[in-house]
Amino acid sequence: MATEELQKVFDDKIAEEIRIEPKDWMPDDYRKTLIRQISQHAHSEIVGMLPEANWITRAPSLRRKATLLAKVQDEAGHGLYLYSAAETMGITREEMVDQLLSGKAKYSSIFNYPTLTWADIGAIGWLVDGAAIMNQVPLCRASYGPYARAMVRICKEESFHQRQGFEILLTLCKGSKEQKEMAQDALNRWWWPSLMMFGPNDDTSPHTAQSMKWKIKRFSNDELRQKFVDVCNEQADILGITIPDDKLVWNEKRQHYDFGEINWNEFFNVIKGNGPCNKERLAARVSAHENGEWVREAALAYARKKAPKSPSGEFESFRN
Amino acid sequence: MENNLFNYTLHLADNSLTMGHRLSEWTGHGPMLEQDIAISNIALDLIGQSRNFYQYAAALKDDSVTEDLLAYLRDAREFKNLLITEIPNGDWAKTIMKLFLFSTYQFCFYQKLIDSSDKQLAAIAEKSLKEVTYHVRWSSEWVIRLGDGTEESNKRIKLAMEEVWPFTGEMFQPAEYESLLINNRISVDVSEIKNDWMGRVKSVLEEATLSYPEDKNTWMQTGGKNGIHTEHLGYLLAEMQFLQRAYPGCEW
Repeated sequence: MATEELQKVFDDKIAEEIRIEPKDWMPDDYRKTLIRQISQHAHSEIVGMLPEANWITRAPSLRRKATLLAKVQDEAGHGLYLYSAAETMGITREEMVDQLLSGKAKYSSIFNYPTLTWADIGAIGWLVDGAAIMNQVPLCRASYGPYARAMVRICKEESFHQRQGFEILLTLCKGSKEQKEMAQDALNRWWWPSLMMFGPNDDTSPHTAQSMKWKIKRFSNDELRQKFVDVCNEQADILGITIPDDKLVWNEKRQHYDFGEINWNEFFNVIKGNGPCNKERLAARVSAHENGEWVREAALAYARKKAPKSPSGEFESFRN
Repeated sequence: MENNLFNYTLHLADNSLTMGHRLSEWTGHGPMLEQDIAISNIALDLIGQSRNFYQYAAALKDDSVTEDLLAYLRDAREFKNLLITEIPNGDWAKTIMKLFLFSTYQFCFYQKLIDSSDKQLAAIAEKSLKEVTYHVRWSSEWVIRLGDGTEESNKRIKLAMEEVWPFTGEMFQPAEYESLLINNRISVDVSEIKNDWMGRVKSVLEEATLSYPEDKNTWMQTGGKNGIHTEHLGYLLAEMQFLQRAYPGCEW
């Protein structure tokens, strides 16, 4: 088929909400956009393990320790499905990991903020996972099949994590004065970075229009951010803590909350690498990769010794 | 007698907790994603086991005693875990070797504990045995891969063996609280599981092209079961117990 005909088949499928599958023809830019988006998402899951893993060994009770450990392990699992989903588009996990470690690929900037107290683990669950869910639920209907299917499972687990995070904060808010202060302080520090997770305003978001046309994205950054602000307000009231924004007020006409201006200078600076933990997060990934190199080599060498006739693809999982 | 059972249950709880805690230090830092997940999963199983034992130990006391009080508010001298569970992880080879020798011990041990006359211990053993069967398989596979992998991995796993081996003797020497529970079939006579353990360890080491340390004169470190630990446990607890100590009497 000529390219124009293939393009037409593709466009018709998008129009009729028929999923695009790995073997289907797709425009190069669609493929590139998805590889970028899915791999960034995968990297975010992996880097996102670090700020939370920071509290596994200090979790305040056995129950909290077990649930936090399980949660961080879930993030690793999400990274795994997402790398697999991206691999269906013709990039290897090895290439994606190299892009992360060399600093070429981005991950969600929120993970460049530090987890300073136990309440931060609650705030990450409530706000960061909450914002992620807001972004990701519509992705369960994304036009690319493997991505949409990965997102269904991820969203189920994320909503569980969000409830856990909220429950951590609720326990703190019902606790001692120090605990409640800890919860408020965490909200103060995580609120604005969480709003930044939705990306730049619609008029300055470079990829939004095309992604919406391709039905990868279903809502704009600002629409999702607004939904998030509305929901969080009610939840903050239940917790009895205050969102750190003095412009936050119910707008009867819009039927939404108005809120203050995001510090976009901070946002772009953290993306550029100037956040409090950018260097540490990347260094931790590089060090895990480098310290693991001899382990991966040993596993590969052993697998080759034992099954010299197997196709090399079988050992792929030992590469990264 | 009741105090012996309490101490014995704590010993089992402390083993699983300290080992699980150490393994959880790998979470987010594993050599490959699948193995990061696997080791976190094992850590989670062990923490789950410890909770079962702590809850049982707490139930043997009055209502003021909880699993968290036992885990978070005892000092190092009161911990009764085997030393092998508290020593630092080192590299992947050392972690694997610790886990392999310990899981094989737990496997042999739980196989006997399921027949304990104490129904609760028997039930926990039965549940744990299923998990430990996987831990043994996973860690054995890694010992074999590293032993028979590259020159470097072979060198590292051999070194790991030398470092960890002196912590295995303690597994088979009963503490007093343990011995006193043997007659009424509550505790496992650990001296009786040594041969089973040796056989299993030997066969894996053989497949890994490693030799079993036959030298009977290797000095074995002991003390953990009676609260005489390495210097490492204090730091592990300082980290683990930080919040409970810094903000006493809170709900978390």
